[in-house]
Amino acid sequence: MQIAPPDFDRMFGALADATRRDIVRRAVDAEEGVAELASHYPMSFAAVQKHVAILERAGLVTKERSGRRKIVRTNPEGLRVARRLLDRYEQLWLGRIDRMTTLVADPHHTKETKR
Amino acid sequence: MTVTAVRKDPDTLTMILDAEFYASPERVWQLWADPRQLERWWGPPTYPATVTSHDLRPGGRVEYHMTGPEGDESRGYWEVVEADAPRRLVFRDGFANADGTANSALPLNEARVTIAEIGEGRTRMTIQSIFPDASAMEQLIAMGMEEGLRQAVGQIDAILAARVRA
Repeated sequence: MQIAPPDFDRMFGALADATRRDIVRRAVDAEEGVAELASHYPMSFAAVQKHVAILERAGLVTKERSGRRKIVRTNPEGLRVARRLLDRYEQLWLGRIDRMTTLVADPHHTKETKR
Repeated sequence: MTVTAVRKDPDTLTMILDAEFYASPERVWQLWADPRQLERWWGPPTYPATVTSHDLRPGGRVEYHMTGPEGDESRGYWEVVEADAPRRLVFRDGFANADGTANSALPLNEARVTIAEIGEGRTRMTIQSIFPDASAMEQLIAMGMEEGLRQAVGQIDAILAARVRA
């Protein structure tokens, strides 16, 4: 069941990885480029670059030029969108149970006789 | 709120949700077995579900679509594995393409529903949601079912709060 905008898979795919969540956290300060970010993780520059590209496509970080460097910066608007989506999915099953409860109490739909 | 417990176990890729209803097991079973009732709770109010095919027998198939506020449609289907009225239902929930064929790019997750009388006119429904593998679970984290989601929420909140303070 898919009930989200098209960006949904990209956004959650991006956030489903612990390294990428950590990059989002570090990039709030917008002080580091990919090379500096890569120094925090036991993985190659190329691997970190790939993580950053995934986050960029999801709208969670942007790259901006600062002199000769490219700084990775967390996009707060992307985070707010993610937060709203996360909230919505968190509520999905709870919402279903709520609707079931209402339906069970609705005499129109109670086909059987007595409990 | 009738949800009495939600347990998540990332190691076994499982989410378990317990809910209690003041109703008989037969009544709770109807929520799943009657397509007109199913479509009143499966989709959120903004994405109501329309069940177009409903064969709740082992090997049977349930097909539905959900219609969004812009008229956009998402299609999905269940493959019924077990159906033992009014006690047990097992099905695999998948996405479908616009033409109704299965979209194999997106994972199926298996739901096991157990319905049992617990006395004093109450019935407990347990929904156990099992993910086929870790990558599928990552995709379905989206459904709000896994610890990583809460971590992501917590981290996002912390980041947003830090920005306000800065």
